[in-house]
Amino acid sequence: MLELKGIGKTYSSGAKATHAIGDISFTVAEGEFVCVVGPSGCGKTTLLKCIAGLLPPTRGEVLVRGRRVDGPPEELALVFQEYGRSLMPWASVRNNVLLPLRHKRLSRAERSRLVEESLDAVGLTAFLDHYPWQLSGGMQQRVAIARALAYQPTTLLMDEPFASVDAQTRGDLEDLILRVRDEYDITVLFVTHDIDESVYLPDRVVVLTHSPTEVKEIVPVDLPRPRDQLVTKELPEFAHLRGHVYRLIKREQESETPALEATDVPHAGTAV
Amino acid sequence: MSRRTYTLLKIGAEIAVPLALLAGWQLWTTHAHSVKFPRLSTILVQFKDMWLFSEFGTHVVPSLERIGLGFAIAVAAGILLGIPLGLSRWARLWAMPHIEYWRAIPPPALLPITILLLHSIGNRQKVAFIAFFCLFPVLLNTIDGVRGIDPTLVDTARSYGLGPLERIRRIVLPAALPQIVAGMRNSLSLAVITMVLAEYFSSTSGVGYVLLISKNTFQMAPMWAAIVLIGLLGYLLNVLFILAERRALAWHRGWRASVAG
Repeated sequence: MLELKGIGKTYSSGAKATHAIGDISFTVAEGEFVCVVGPSGCGKTTLLKCIAGLLPPTRGEVLVRGRRVDGPPEELALVFQEYGRSLMPWASVRNNVLLPLRHKRLSRAERSRLVEESLDAVGLTAFLDHYPWQLSGGMQQRVAIARALAYQPTTLLMDEPFASVDAQTRGDLEDLILRVRDEYDITVLFVTHDIDESVYLPDRVVVLTHSPTEVKEIVPVDLPRPRDQLVTKELPEFAHLRGHVYRLIKREQESETPALEATDVPHAGTAV
Repeated sequence: MSRRTYTLLKIGAEIAVPLALLAGWQLWTTHAHSVKFPRLSTILVQFKDMWLFSEFGTHVVPSLERIGLGFAIAVAAGILLGIPLGLSRWARLWAMPHIEYWRAIPPPALLPITILLLHSIGNRQKVAFIAFFCLFPVLLNTIDGVRGIDPTLVDTARSYGLGPLERIRRIVLPAALPQIVAGMRNSLSLAVITMVLAEYFSSTSGVGYVLLISKNTFQMAPMWAAIVLIGLLGYLLNVLFILAERRALAWHRGWRASVAG
């Protein structure tokens, strides 16, 4: 279980202070798939970095299975949007997936079993000895997903993971992550700016306000599983949910003042 | 231009043109009868007599040892110092003025002091002298390479629980390696320069020493033979280095091509 309790993040202080995240609280249950969606520049990446223990929040706390996060927790694995920058160009696919296992106390056989299993789950066993840059964008992101799976996390954190691949690959990757989630029985927290995706994938959607970000509404998604790119997206419920989330975000974007936008945007993605 | 034509031209530039220049030199020296410019054939005979291999052990081996040791120390020190300096802005703030100062000093200016400080004109002084000047290209390139690492890569490693030392070993070093190697290549040519310099001014062995003795005794053929040898040494060391680099950094060429294309 993943609990966010009153998370807030402010950059610098005094008159120049930028309130990236105002106050965010929600809970992700064990085995649940939750999407987080919000207007652009609302600090989604900042939020995810706080959860992953890469960035300390200014206020509030994150609990993973009841334990407070004060560094990267072993139960979480993070998949970045920029696969090209999170994979090591000097290492083969095999060694990339091995990276999180090297310092774990595992036998050599156990390590290679985990690597092969996770690459099998994303359909890339034939590319063990390729370099990442020899693969297409979608395949590279699958390597990043395999690496996260090999780490054996209870929860997968994903930061707009499919934002830089083409539409068709994106659909394939969405279905892949749904299948992998069932196979590995893991909890997924999935940040996206794509409204279709945010309704298609999860059990619930957390809709955020603009910065300083708060939770606007948590929308339950009770579309039947397994989801299907054609069947699910043709359901009237899907259209209804999509419209609802869309309206929430649209209203947020319209209420945002230009002055706020100007101070907010640079901090959303670039904060390290 | 086809690939085949290019290869032929490359071989031509590498072998045929130098041969033609040498032939020209031979022709000119034969007719010039200059004391300072002995015949090329005389130089080559001298080269064979000296370096293949009667004096190879007494003069070339010591020079190579000094280059090798000085270069190795410089690379190790450059990487060891460069990593913390690349990682910490704070450390750079304090260290950079000193690095920039010492690196601005031309090698001959420090030669006398090394002899006094190390009470020697032996190997220790030469290796220290070579290592000191070879340090800077490796050090500065390591700092730059480490600074340029993509923060996403470091975040990835952190999120997977890799500790600081593990991150340096698995991420920082390999990511900075292409730039470190570029610095090493500059250092290697600097090693040849500083080796000759140190041996020329204070030594009892080495190719630089041969250069000095030949000059002092007006023996032009041995001097030219030494010059030819030094040129060849530098050239061959560079070729060996490039071959090793191609093997070690094959990924880097492929990666750059894929990013560019």
